[in-house]
Amino acid sequence: MNLHHDGGPVVSVDEVTRTFGDVVALDHVSLEVGPGELVGLLGPNGAGKSTLLSLVSGLRRPDSGTVRLLGQDPTHPVARTTLGMTPQETGLPATLRVGEVVDFVGGHYPDPVPTPELLEQFGITELARRQTGSLSGGQKRRLAVALAMAGRPQIVLLDEPTTGLDVAGRTALWDAIRACHQAGVTVLLTSHYLEEIQALAERVVVVDHGRVLADDTLAAILERVGASRVSYSGPDGARQEHVVSDSDQFVRDLVRSGTEFTGLEIRHASLEEAFTALTAGAADGEGRETRHAPGAESGRARAGLTTEGVNR
Amino acid sequence: MTTSTPPRSAVQAMRPFWELSWLHLKYQFLETVRIPIAVFGNMFFPALSMAFFVVPQAEVAGNPQWATMAVAGLGLFAVCSASLFTYGLGVAEDRQLPFYPYLRSLPTGPGPQMVGRVLNGGIFALFGLIPLILVAVLFTEATATLPQLVAGIGTILAVSVPFVLLGLGVGYALPAKAALPVVQLILFPLAFAGGLFLPPQMFPGWLDALSMATPTRAGRDLLVQALTGVEAYSLALPLLVGWTALFAALTAWSYRRDEGRRFR
Repeated sequence: MNLHHDGGPVVSVDEVTRTFGDVVALDHVSLEVGPGELVGLLGPNGAGKSTLLSLVSGLRRPDSGTVRLLGQDPTHPVARTTLGMTPQETGLPATLRVGEVVDFVGGHYPDPVPTPELLEQFGITELARRQTGSLSGGQKRRLAVALAMAGRPQIVLLDEPTTGLDVAGRTALWDAIRACHQAGVTVLLTSHYLEEIQALAERVVVVDHGRVLADDTLAAILERVGASRVSYSGPDGARQEHVVSDSDQFVRDLVRSGTEFTGLEIRHASLEEAFTALTAGAADGEGRETRHAPGAESGRARAGLTTEGVNR
Repeated sequence: MTTSTPPRSAVQAMRPFWELSWLHLKYQFLETVRIPIAVFGNMFFPALSMAFFVVPQAEVAGNPQWATMAVAGLGLFAVCSASLFTYGLGVAEDRQLPFYPYLRSLPTGPGPQMVGRVLNGGIFALFGLIPLILVAVLFTEATATLPQLVAGIGTILAVSVPFVLLGLGVGYALPAKAALPVVQLILFPLAFAGGLFLPPQMFPGWLDALSMATPTRAGRDLLVQALTGVEAYSLALPLLVGWTALFAALTAWSYRRDEGRRFR
């Protein structure tokens, strides 16, 4: 999954700690993103995702540890010529026209995408003369993602890129993000929508309480929590559900045990289930996950390992 | 003040400073102009003050030197007030908008944005001086030769620099709700003590001495000197330069300390 075609990582976060007052937003976090990767950053509200992005974009400095963008300190403006980022849609200057905002943002970069071309690429050409204050939520999101691409960046940070979009709008933006990724841009993405991470990301980093709980390929993360959900109606007609790591073995055992059942269903665990299991495991350290789930058990144990010694 | 040298060679070069400054000036100007009421308020406030407070007083309006001094005082007050409010309150408000942290992620230091702000403020301050000068010329005996007028406008722009810096310092240091009362607390005492409302000739000795230490008084006397030839006190220029350096340091400090919204 790592395409290390030209040397070092694009984003390198090393042992970074950042506190706000007595709230520890990031606690000895390390993360490396290689060229061309598409990484999904996942975590509940207040997990530290936004703080992490603000450090990578040079908005804040870490209390300790180092952050590098292509080997450079992102608090130096010159390091940010390679960075593209989405503004929050509510933050666009309401009186400026769409074309003007694109010109303004692009004007900061050494070799920006010409404004008409960028507008065309994101399907907002006909909005060029509209003031941003008059755009719909979906149009604003599109503009926001377009702005992230305005400077031909090598690395793009997308913070909740499709929040508030309808299905069509979201699919269109996903296509645009995939197109950029295919063009070789490294993408670091946060989202509340697990579905979005599942659709886009190759690698998933789960963050909670300022720590990295898991960092693996999407497939491995899904596997980690036990993989499958088996349900059937028992002899008394009551529906039973089990989360199991090896659904084949479970069904074999079920058949051998001679239990009567009807309506057998096997479903793979979604990222949502993986996420819940991981973050619940970190939250209290004691088995809160579903019973009959050896896979989830080991998932918690592994999550427990990474957090050992830093529990507050 | 913006670019510290990066540790390794740049992957790509940044846009030159003046180009980025022009970019910020252009779009700040556009943003300001698109809200016409703010522009009109700023343009007519000094002229209205002149019409209400100076024109009806025959002994001031009828005396060329006193009338010119009144124009200087009100003109400087307008510029101070515009600087402190636009920068103090404007920056504090901007910092609370999500677009502001976004701007900080673009490949530019704080310099071009500040240059844009200062020039944009200067342009609108000049717009405000025009109606003031018109009222003064039409309804009072205030006079100045063309070279004096040009010198006066140059001086008022130069004198506005420390106030712009003070405004920026406050704006980057405080949230908007705190910036408003702080700006008011700074502006009115400074304007009064600096002789912008009442000529300092009317001050008692102790107030006059205190007045001479303020940046407003130093600025006013330099402006009066440019417009009428009445010499400013000898410490006016060094004092103003000192205040400017102090406010520049305050701005630099508060900008560095600022990392967007504050957390507690």
